[in-house]
Amino acid sequence: MNTTKLIIVAVGGQGNLLASKVLGEAALLSGVPVRMSEIHGMAQRGGVVESALVFGDGESTIISDGQADVFVSFEPAEALRALRKCQPRTVSIINLSPSPPFTVAIGRGVYPDIDEVIRLIKEKTSRLIAFDAVALASQAGSVMAVNMVLLGALAQTGVLPLPIENIRKAIETRTKQSFANINLNAFQLGFDAASKSI
Amino acid sequence: MHKLLTEKPGEKLLLLGNEAIARGAMEAGLAFAASYPGTPSSEISLNFFQIAQESDLYFEYSVNEKVSLEVAAAAANCGVRSMCVMKHVGLNVAADALMTLAYVGVKGGLVILTADDPYMFSSQNEQDNRYYGKLSGLPILEPSSVQEAKEMIKYAFDLSEDLQEPVIFRTTTRINHSTAVVELGEIVKPMAQGDFVKDPYNYVTVPAVSRNLHVTLLENMKVAQGIANNCRWNFLEGKGTLGIVCNGVSYAYVKDAVVELDLWDKVKILRMGFSHPVPDLMITDFLKTCTRVLVVEEGEPYMEEAVKVCAQEAGLTLPIQGKGHDLFSRLYEYDPMMVKKVMTSFFDIPFKAPEAIDLSNIPDIPGRPPTLCAGCSHRAVFYAVKQATQGMDVIHPSDIGCYTLGFLPPLSMGDFVICMGASTSTSAGFSKATGKKVLSFIGDSTFFHSGISGLINGVFNNHDFTLIILDNRITAMTGHQPNPGVDMDELNFPGYNRIDIEEVVRGLGVKHISVIKPYNLSKSVQTIKEALDYKGVSVIIAKEKCTLYAKSLKQLKGKSFEINQDKCKNHRDCITSIACPAFYLDGDQVKINATQCTGCSVCAQICPEKAIRPVKIS
Repeated sequence: MNTTKLIIVAVGGQGNLLASKVLGEAALLSGVPVRMSEIHGMAQRGGVVESALVFGDGESTIISDGQADVFVSFEPAEALRALRKCQPRTVSIINLSPSPPFTVAIGRGVYPDIDEVIRLIKEKTSRLIAFDAVALASQAGSVMAVNMVLLGALAQTGVLPLPIENIRKAIETRTKQSFANINLNAFQLGFDAASKSI
Repeated sequence: MHKLLTEKPGEKLLLLGNEAIARGAMEAGLAFAASYPGTPSSEISLNFFQIAQESDLYFEYSVNEKVSLEVAAAAANCGVRSMCVMKHVGLNVAADALMTLAYVGVKGGLVILTADDPYMFSSQNEQDNRYYGKLSGLPILEPSSVQEAKEMIKYAFDLSEDLQEPVIFRTTTRINHSTAVVELGEIVKPMAQGDFVKDPYNYVTVPAVSRNLHVTLLENMKVAQGIANNCRWNFLEGKGTLGIVCNGVSYAYVKDAVVELDLWDKVKILRMGFSHPVPDLMITDFLKTCTRVLVVEEGEPYMEEAVKVCAQEAGLTLPIQGKGHDLFSRLYEYDPMMVKKVMTSFFDIPFKAPEAIDLSNIPDIPGRPPTLCAGCSHRAVFYAVKQATQGMDVIHPSDIGCYTLGFLPPLSMGDFVICMGASTSTSAGFSKATGKKVLSFIGDSTFFHSGISGLINGVFNNHDFTLIILDNRITAMTGHQPNPGVDMDELNFPGYNRIDIEEVVRGLGVKHISVIKPYNLSKSVQTIKEALDYKGVSVIIAKEKCTLYAKSLKQLKGKSFEINQDKCKNHRDCITSIACPAFYLDGDQVKINATQCTGCSVCAQICPEKAIRPVKIS
């Protein structure tokens, strides 16, 4: 089967490794070949965490610049930084709630204007789904569920070759039991938000 | 039960490369493992540590890689299957043991896993450890995928026992930290108890013995080369005359390119998984069927040189290239598109790279370098040193760990870092060569690893420097592994002893020793000044648990702080002098993120307006 390439970027601690794990398990449940790659180590030290997920046949576990079919960013400025991974037909899902790096606070950089982030990504890629995923996560019961909100939006796009039911099942079985309901709610809120976005 | 002890052969699990390697070792009947943690290999050791709690596996975090290899080498020479796990630079530390262990050999299988880090995602260099195969004469195996890593580990133990030599298992970050679906095999119960049969004329490497052992090693290499020429890890694919020699993850990129561009009738691949000794006959036969050969390997031109040697010996003159202008680099890691581009251009195959998006109008994004955590005690120490050394010209050698990040502004504490333990010894050199004040930093785990010897050297040679041991009670950078200073009882792991750093330092003969609580800034500054005034070697032990570790133990008791905006005059001393990531700007106002702040109170001690106070609970 053809490959679908997904890039996820986040700031350490935002839970993108768990999001990748859920998608990997959903692929396993669906019998879809999957390979993932991520960089550990500095994640808890406030750095950027980038995960690559390749669904379908093949061998590579990483994704070259300009090759992502679908792109999820947990943070708006990081979306711009990682935009080199995208191509004109990439579908992007972006959390608009900013986590400015400390370099901004000490005056060593200017945080980009959010509207400008939206405009640039819209201009360069085929579809942008952008919303405040932190607000929806809080609504679902925990700010920690941003990852599940974004997974919901990702599922809505239909770009991944995974039945939505299997993603839900992976959330139920692979995230903490005490959080399963919050996570599923968050997933649904993200799904709905993406449905409303054009 | 531990996930990797699942007894269901045939079941498919989603595993991290490092988990697959640990599982492969369980399927090989691994009995004994030792490691010093290092990214990207750390999760292998972590899984062994966990598995050892509920199985017959013996695992230890050794004090450094050399020690871990020696511990494992002895076990293997008692006939038990053993493994030693480290990052690439760890093998430099263990190299002394490695080189002569190759002479002595092993009885039970010994696999030495070394994880290279092309691009240096979390390392100080990107050395290519395949050269350790050449240097030591030991076989090298390198997998190309997560599933293959698991299978190859099992083979590595068999090979080691067949040859009676340790086997080097070389991975790269993209194997260790890739995740894929892995089919489980059967777990083999380890033979945990061994015995040592004395044989001094083969074990005690005095020159007369070693002269014979070197002969044996060379014979073993010959046997190994025979195996490499006929093993499933070195294989051919495709039927063209355009040859590609590749290894490790490069094979994945090559294969994807061949499939996507439909080149199977043009291209022939030689995938090298058993790469030392090189499969010379196989390479020569391969070259005879090719018109042009491209060698695809991250790192150094290790295979390229070997392939060229084979061509020369066979009198073949076809073009063979790998590294070079318009070809591959010795720098960093490769990616699928890079490989596709070089391959198609080298073989003159039509290929149009897909349209890229225009990034020219993307604004500069503020950097997000890794930084010390909110509330990290290292920050407090660095700030105190800065205060204590104001107006002085002081050199700050540092070492490997989270605190290396202190070199970044605004703390700027770290002038020279090369390898584990070097802070203590380079302090001596800087001090002697410049006559300047030297104040260096080392972490607790790194001090035990290899900082101690430099400190002994400093005392014996009567050097003049101050060493601050940042004792955060855990090996923090690699994910909170134990070290000899850790209180294992607190972690509910009975049966360990604890080594007190202060007693060690005193025992080494250091005369000026002090202990600071980093969060008490004024006392710390005073203590540091006193140590700097002392002529000779002085040591300050800064004791405070890693905040992340304390949080995981539920020991973080501090309440978060806030800024009284009525008092704040926006000097921003708090942000600009310590750059704690808990601070943020809300418009023009400095604020503290209450979920990040650990209540260390360092900023409150710095604020000239006393505007920072604990959050009042209403």
